[in-house]
Amino acid sequence: MLLSLQDVRKTFGGLAAVDGASLSVGSGEVHGLIGPNGAGKTTLLNMISGLIPPTAGTIVLDGERIDGMPSHVVASRGITRTYQNIRLFPALTAADNVLVGAHLRRDAPLWRRMLFLPSAAVEERAAQDASLALLARVGMSGQAGERASNLSYGDQRRVEIARALASEPRVMLLDEPTAGMNPAEVVAIAELIRSVARTGHSVLLVEHNVKLVMDVCDRITVLDFGKVIADGTPTEVARDPAVIAAYLGGEAAA
Amino acid sequence: MSLESLQDIWLTYQSTVAFIGLNGLLALSVYTTLSCGQLSLAQAGFMAIGAYASTILTFHTGLPFAVNLAVATLLPALVAIPLGLPVLRLKGVFLAIATIGFGEVVRLFFVNLDFTNGALGLTAVPQRTSMWMIYAALGAALFVLWRIRGSRTGHALEAIREDEPAARTMGIDAARYKLAMLALGASFAGLAGALEAHYTYMVSPSTYSFSRVVDMLVYAVVGGTGVFYGPVVGATFLTALPEVLREVSSRIGLAPGPVRLFVNGLVLLLVILFLPEGISSLPRRVRGALQARRRARAS
Amino acid sequence: MGQQIVNGLFLGSIYALFALGYTLVFGVLDILNLAHQAVFMICAYAALVLVVHLHMPMFVAFPAAVLLGGILGMGVDRIAFRPLRGRSDSNIAGLISSIALATILEAVVSQIFGPDVERFPLGSVPTRTLHIGDAVVSELQIVIIAIAAAMLLGLTWLLRRTRLGRRIRAVAESPKAARVLGVDVDWIISASFFVSSALGAAAGILFGLAFNNVAPDMGRSVELKGLAVIVLGGMGSMPGAALAGLALGLLEVFTVAFIGSSYRDAVAFGVLFLVLVLRPRGLLGSAALREA
Repeated sequence: MLLSLQDVRKTFGGLAAVDGASLSVGSGEVHGLIGPNGAGKTTLLNMISGLIPPTAGTIVLDGERIDGMPSHVVASRGITRTYQNIRLFPALTAADNVLVGAHLRRDAPLWRRMLFLPSAAVEERAAQDASLALLARVGMSGQAGERASNLSYGDQRRVEIARALASEPRVMLLDEPTAGMNPAEVVAIAELIRSVARTGHSVLLVEHNVKLVMDVCDRITVLDFGKVIADGTPTEVARDPAVIAAYLGGEAAA
Repeated sequence: MSLESLQDIWLTYQSTVAFIGLNGLLALSVYTTLSCGQLSLAQAGFMAIGAYASTILTFHTGLPFAVNLAVATLLPALVAIPLGLPVLRLKGVFLAIATIGFGEVVRLFFVNLDFTNGALGLTAVPQRTSMWMIYAALGAALFVLWRIRGSRTGHALEAIREDEPAARTMGIDAARYKLAMLALGASFAGLAGALEAHYTYMVSPSTYSFSRVVDMLVYAVVGGTGVFYGPVVGATFLTALPEVLREVSSRIGLAPGPVRLFVNGLVLLLVILFLPEGISSLPRRVRGALQARRRARAS
Repeated sequence: MGQQIVNGLFLGSIYALFALGYTLVFGVLDILNLAHQAVFMICAYAALVLVVHLHMPMFVAFPAAVLLGGILGMGVDRIAFRPLRGRSDSNIAGLISSIALATILEAVVSQIFGPDVERFPLGSVPTRTLHIGDAVVSELQIVIIAIAAAMLLGLTWLLRRTRLGRRIRAVAESPKAARVLGVDVDWIISASFFVSSALGAAAGILFGLAFNNVAPDMGRSVELKGLAVIVLGGMGSMPGAALAGLALGLLEVFTVAFIGSSYRDAVAFGVLFLVLVLRPRGLLGSAALREA
C-alpha cells in the first residue's frame, strides 16, 4: 500500500475528532472518504498533510513514517492537497498560483537568475509553459492571467486542483472539490480525477456528492464520529447496513 | 544659470541627496522582511551593529574601507539568524514587539559599552563614504530584489505572505525563507549604518532608537510595499519634503521640526487610509481610472 | 530595602495604569494602539494648562484631563482604526495608522509648547514626607499609588459587574457572536477606547506629577515599557498587566540600586525579549499564541 493510516487519533481538549481510524490507499487508486458533517474527514486530511500532528497512531507513506513531519516535508515526500474552504494565494494570478505549486519540481537556483544565465530563462519558460498546460488540463487556460481572488468559486476550485497537481504528487488529497459547482462542472471534475489516477497518482477524495464518489472511487472508507464504520468497494459500502443507517440512508431519503 | 550657482545648489542639497540614498536602503531593509509578510522592527539594531562594527574597524585597524563595509554587511546577517530562529515563529504584532525589544537591547548594549564611549558615541569618524558608494549600495540592493521578483524564490515569498500554512503544504520551507529575508534585510541595514557613520562623522546610540525604525517603516509604507522599488520612492519623497517644508515653515513662522513631524504623520495617515498600496501605485491607479472612463465613454 | 520597594511600587503603579489601557484595546480588538502614548502625553499637558493657566485646583484638573483623554481615545478609534476594520491587513495597518496619529499629535504639541520640559508650579501637589519604617515616603507617592489602585479596582468592577463591562468582554470573546446577540459592536469598541485612553491619560498626569516633568516626547519611552508590561503579563490579560506593571517598576528600581542606572531600560527590554521567546503567552496569558 502506498499510504496507510493505522489507528490514528486526534483529540481537541478531550474530545476525539478522529478516534482510531485506519485506512490504506493503493498506487493509482481513487479512494473516497465519506461521512456526515463532523465525522473527522478534514481533520484526517490535516493530519496526513502535516498541518496538525496526530495525538496517536501512525501514518506511513511508501514505507516511511510521515506523521509529525512538518507540512513542507510531507509535501516533499509526495503529498499535496486542496482545501474545503479554498486557499489559493488571492493576490497572485491563476498561473502564478500553479507555479507556486510547482515549487518542489523546479531546479532554479537564484544565482543563475542574478547572473542572467540563459539556463535560468529556459527553466522559467518551461515552468510557465507547464503551469499553463496544467491550467488547460483543468479547463482554465482562458483565465491564466486573472488574479485568483477575481475568479468564480468553481474556477478557484479548478485552479487549486491544478496547483496541487503541479507538484506531481504521489497522493493528492482533495477536500470537497465539487462544492458549489453545477452538474456539468461536476462531470468535468470526475473526468479529471479519473485521468489523474490513470497517470499513476493516487487520490484521496473527501466529498459530499455521493453519486460522484460512487462513480469515480475504487474504494471507499466511511467515517462516523471519528471512527471507521465501513470500508470496501462502492457496491459493498452501499449495501452496508451501518452505512445506510448512519449516512447514506439519510441522504437517500432526503 | 552659471556654473557657480549650480555648484551652490549642489553644496546645499548634497546631504539631502546622500540621505535619500541611505534612507532608501533602510526602507528596503524593512521591505525585505515585509515581502514575506513579516514585520520586523529590529532594523535600527542591525543598523547600529553595522555602524559600530565598521567604525571600530576604521579606528583600530588599517583595513581598507571596502573590507569594513563587507563586515558591516555580513555581521548583522549573522546576528539575524540566531535572532530569527526563535522570533520568526511569532506572528503579526508579537513579532513586531519582539523585534522592537531586540532593537532596544542592541541600542542599550552600545549605551553601556565603555569601549565605544557609551551614550555619547564616537565622534570624528573619518569621512570615507562618497556619494557613489551610497548609490552603488542602493543599486545593488534594488538589483537583488528585482531579480528575486518573479523567480522561484520570489513566488515562494509571495505565497508565504499570502497564506503561510497553504504555502507550506506546497512544499515551501517557510521558516527558511523568512530567516533568509530577515538576514538579507539585516545586511542592508548594516551596510546603510556603516555608510551613514562614515558620512556624518559619528556614531551614537541615540541614532538607532525606535523612532528611527518607525521612519524606515514610514518610508516603505508611504512608498508602497507592493513593488520592490516602492520603498525607495517613499524614502525619496519623505526625505526631500522637509527641504521644501523648511522654506515654507520659515515663511509662515512655524518651527521646522514639528512641521516635518506633522507632515510625515499626515502623509502616512492619508496613505494608509486612502492609498494602501502607497504612492508608487499612483501612476497605475491614474491609468486605471482613465481607462475606465474611456471605456465608459465608448459604451 | 523598604525604600526601594516603595519607589518600585510607585513607578510600577504608573506603568500598570498605562499598560491596562493598552491591553484593554488589545484584548477587545487584537490590535496595538500606538497612539496610546500620545494621549498619555497630551493629557499631562492638559492638566498642566488647567492648573497653570486656568488656575484650577488639581482635584478638578485631574478628572477633567482624564475625561479629555477618554474623548481623545474615541477620536483615535474613529480616525485610525474604524476605517481599516475589515481590511485583510488591518492588524499591521492599524499599527501604522496609530503611529501616524501619534506623530501628528506630538507635532502639534511641540509646536504649541516647544520642545522644552514644562513643570507643575510649586504647591499644586502635596510635598510633605512621611516615615514608614526606614522608608521616606512623600504624600504625592501615596496619593499616586492610591489613585492607581482605585482606578484598577474601578476597572475590575466595570468589567465584571456592569452591563457595559459584560458587553466589552463579549466583543473581546467574539465580535461576530456579540453582534448576533444584538450588541452594538462599534459603540462597544468606542467605549473600550474611552476607558483605555482615560487610563492612559491618568497615567500621563501622574507621571508628569511624579517626575514634575512634562515634555512632548515623554510618551515614547513609556510606550516601549508598556509593550514590555503587556507582553510580560500576557497580551489582553488585565490582572497580568497590573501585576507585570508593578513587577517592572520594582525590577527597574532594584536594577538602579544594585547594578547601575544605565542598565535600567535594558532590563525591561531584556525581559520583554526573553518572555516572547520563552513564553510568548506571558505570565498570566491563557490563550495560545494568536494568529495575527
